[in-house]
Amino acid sequence: MNFLNGLTLLLVYQLVGEVLSRLLQIPVPGPVLGMLLLFLSLFFFKKTKSAVDESSSAILSHLSLLFIPAGVGLMTHFSRLEQVWLPISIALIFGAIISFVATAWLMQLTIWLLNKKVAKGGNDE
Amino acid sequence: MMSSDNQLAVIWVYLSTTPLIGLTLTLVVYSLTYQLYIRSQSSPLLNPVLVSITVIICVLLITDTSYQTYFDGAQYIHFLLGPSTVALAVPLYEQLPKLKRLWLPVLISIVGGVFIGVISAVLIARGLGVSLEIQLSIAPKSVTAPVAMGISEQIGGLPSLTAAFVVITGIIGALLGVHILKLAGIKDDAVKGIAMGVSSHGIGTARAFQMSQEMGAFSGLAMALTALTTAIALPWLIQWLF
Repeated sequence: MNFLNGLTLLLVYQLVGEVLSRLLQIPVPGPVLGMLLLFLSLFFFKKTKSAVDESSSAILSHLSLLFIPAGVGLMTHFSRLEQVWLPISIALIFGAIISFVATAWLMQLTIWLLNKKVAKGGNDE
Repeated sequence: MMSSDNQLAVIWVYLSTTPLIGLTLTLVVYSLTYQLYIRSQSSPLLNPVLVSITVIICVLLITDTSYQTYFDGAQYIHFLLGPSTVALAVPLYEQLPKLKRLWLPVLISIVGGVFIGVISAVLIARGLGVSLEIQLSIAPKSVTAPVAMGISEQIGGLPSLTAAFVVITGIIGALLGVHILKLAGIKDDAVKGIAMGVSSHGIGTARAFQMSQEMGAFSGLAMALTALTTAIALPWLIQWLF
């Protein structure tokens, strides 16, 4: 029963997210708003955790499975991509590498700068 | 009396009108490829998403089944992407102490990563002579599929082509991400997770959860904030880029 209740709760959050996204015309999809709302609920009402614990770990344990139906949709683009697959592959692969390295280094740099500032602040006192 | 060939054909015609085939095919292929992946000690070349998609496309092409027929059944799995996105709040909440400490680096790196990611991919594609329409379809490639398709439509790309780029980008991230981050000298799982989520959305997040709960949680957060940042910034960034 706990699993079913949890799944129901996840769907309710998604539904509220969808309604808010359209009502307030926020350019954020319903599920993402639902995630932010669930996060706030977990923060303010400790009981939420036990209600969604079982269902969320079940649904997240095979997250990869959920991307397969959309991925198979690649087959509908084969004819369009026939002539341009090489430049596109290069752009996607190098774009991904740059994105990975830039994001990770930017975060590492910011952490380092903040730690330095904290350490310096400590010395001043 | 019907010949057995004919009888099989009748059964096939009946089955191809029900969602049963698409749904069962997806689950059977995934469980087989997942076992293969585990037995190979998680070899990245046997990534279950990549192998499953390849196998299913081959099956559909061989049996001359349309994507629409397949998706009639597979949509029930596709639908679960919504509640699973909501569920990402739970592992994120479990990382609350670390998130409280790191919120500023998280925000700065996500916004910076989104800008650098979009600009680099579009400029490389343009340098290689890719058409304007395809450049625009590439721009939102790092965002989770439903949002990316909406953005693509808004800026003048082709939404269904964007969905294809989103999936390819996710698979590239799942295959290479962990190795790229190792080469870049990153050791903190929170930093790795953020880079995964910014660069390769949900497919990267699924891979991150295989590495650790912490990496998965931060990847899920980055995926959500990347969707938010890109949706707001891309229409403006595109005007400047084109």
